[in-house]
Amino acid sequence: MNEEKIIVCRCEDITLKEIRDLINDGYTTLEEIKRITRAVMGPCQGKTCGPIIAREISKITGKPIEEIYKPSIRPPFGGLFFKEIVGEKDEK
Amino acid sequence: MKNKASVVIIGGGITGVSIAFNLAKAGVKDVVLLEKKYLAYGATGRCGAGVRQQWGTKQNCILARESVKIFENIKDVLNVDIDIEFKQKGYLLLAFTEKEWNQFHKNVQLQNSLGINSKLLTPDEAKDIVPFLNTEKLLGAAYYEKDGHANPFLTTLAYAKAAENLGVEINKGVEVLDILVEYRKIKGIYTSHGFIETDKVVNAAGGWSQKIGKMVGVDLPVYSERHEILATEPVNEILGPMVMSFSYNIYCQQTPHGSFIMGYGPKEKVESLKSTWQFLETMAEKVTYLLPPTKNLRVVRQWAGYYNMSPDHQPIVSKCEEVEGFYLAIGFSGHGFMLAPAVGILMKDIILENELTWDVVLDIGRFKRNEIIKEPSVV
Ligand SMILES: Cc1cc2nc3c(=O)[nH]c(=O)nc-3n(C[C@H](O)[C@H](O)[C@H](O)COP(=O)(O)OP(=O)(O)OC[C@H]3O[C@@H](n4cnc5c(N)ncnc54)[C@H](O)[C@@H]3O)c2cc1C
Repeated sequence: MNEEKIIVCRCEDITLKEIRDLINDGYTTLEEIKRITRAVMGPCQGKTCGPIIAREISKITGKPIEEIYKPSIRPPFGGLFFKEIVGEKDEK
Repeated sequence: MKNKASVVIIGGGITGVSIAFNLAKAGVKDVVLLEKKYLAYGATGRCGAGVRQQWGTKQNCILARESVKIFENIKDVLNVDIDIEFKQKGYLLLAFTEKEWNQFHKNVQLQNSLGINSKLLTPDEAKDIVPFLNTEKLLGAAYYEKDGHANPFLTTLAYAKAAENLGVEINKGVEVLDILVEYRKIKGIYTSHGFIETDKVVNAAGGWSQKIGKMVGVDLPVYSERHEILATEPVNEILGPMVMSFSYNIYCQQTPHGSFIMGYGPKEKVESLKSTWQFLETMAEKVTYLLPPTKNLRVVRQWAGYYNMSPDHQPIVSKCEEVEGFYLAIGFSGHGFMLAPAVGILMKDIILENELTWDVVLDIGRFKRNEIIKEPSVV
């Protein structure tokens, strides 16, 4: 399969090739790849792409997956609309 | 990792990489940069990354103006092919109080005298720029179309690449544990990966800079303060400028990527880096009042970072008087991203004992001499 066509992160349209290029360039942590590409930063907070990118890093660097992938899910989980937040307050 | 260096820079944020690049460009060999985590782990990677020239002191105006010239030509300056996503759609600063409005008059006059062609707007003119702005109680606004935003990670990487191309050694995942000082002179640096012999150390450790000061026995006049911030999912472009109010305490912008980024200043000093529900609630109230269509935006992430505050809210870019060979680029007080291109040049001047490229007073001695003019315009 063509790695340029495989989308790793659906929120931000990042391909497998982009990810592999970065790892080969020395960006071998999920944190760095996330900051450069915005993968893992979309509304799904990396539920899909996080593990895939971690696996790629592991394959290329030989580091165990558990060392690479420690998801830190930032609130608000799953995404909230401002109107929901403001509305919730009004009901109190 | 090298075990001997001419200069060791502590901190892989925008300040550290800019200093590294400028030293190497001036021909300094064996520059080593140490970053305990990864590049842009600190405030740089957590910031709003707004770039404004509408400041209230002459020197902040000059530093910002000169930095913008560099942002505008970054590919040529750095000679690397990284797009830092620099956009110039302006900053719209809102005045809700008489005091603020008077200050804006003074600021605009000062800025104009320095070639920053900002202008004052009536509430209706502000609405021409942001049609959905709630202008209730608004007295007026200040606007400069050349202010803007850049991507902080990519800008840091671009500087780092450029520095590496010129021979700088950048070590990620290496923590500075202690600094060896003998007879008030720097002798070397102990890291998690061994000792490096050097007689020059630059403290560019942002929110951790006080700790680095302690390693050489110096109490630095800065403190760190948590600032929270959030991002929404990307939408089509609806907001050109950064919208900012000091008295209402908010900043909000849409990045070129489409997401909105916004925050406000905390009411009390907190040292933790945890984000809070209170922030999310207050932010939601503020932003939906001022910019009503934002109620349809979905928040996807919130986080926090440190402002490293100095007594006059202007950076300290200086030699340290107590310890020979110890240099400081700290205390950016929430605006160190936009000033970093100029700060790197100034630190290069200081280390090489050149005359400063610009006529600014950022040395640490200013506090003792009582020569401080506090920056009036910070969030
Ligand atoms: C929420 C928020 C919004 C902001 N918005 C803006 C804005 O819109 N515009 C703007 O210009 N500025 C903004 N700022 C301020 C800006 O982020 C900072 O002034 C700037 O990034 C400082 O860069 P720095 O390189 O000096 O510090 P940092 O980016 O904090 O870098 C310091 C680095 O030092 C490393 N370090 C610390 N201790 C050690 C050690 N012992 N050994 C090795 N490494 C170490 C850290 O890991 C860190 O990476 C904002 C800041 C925050 C928190």
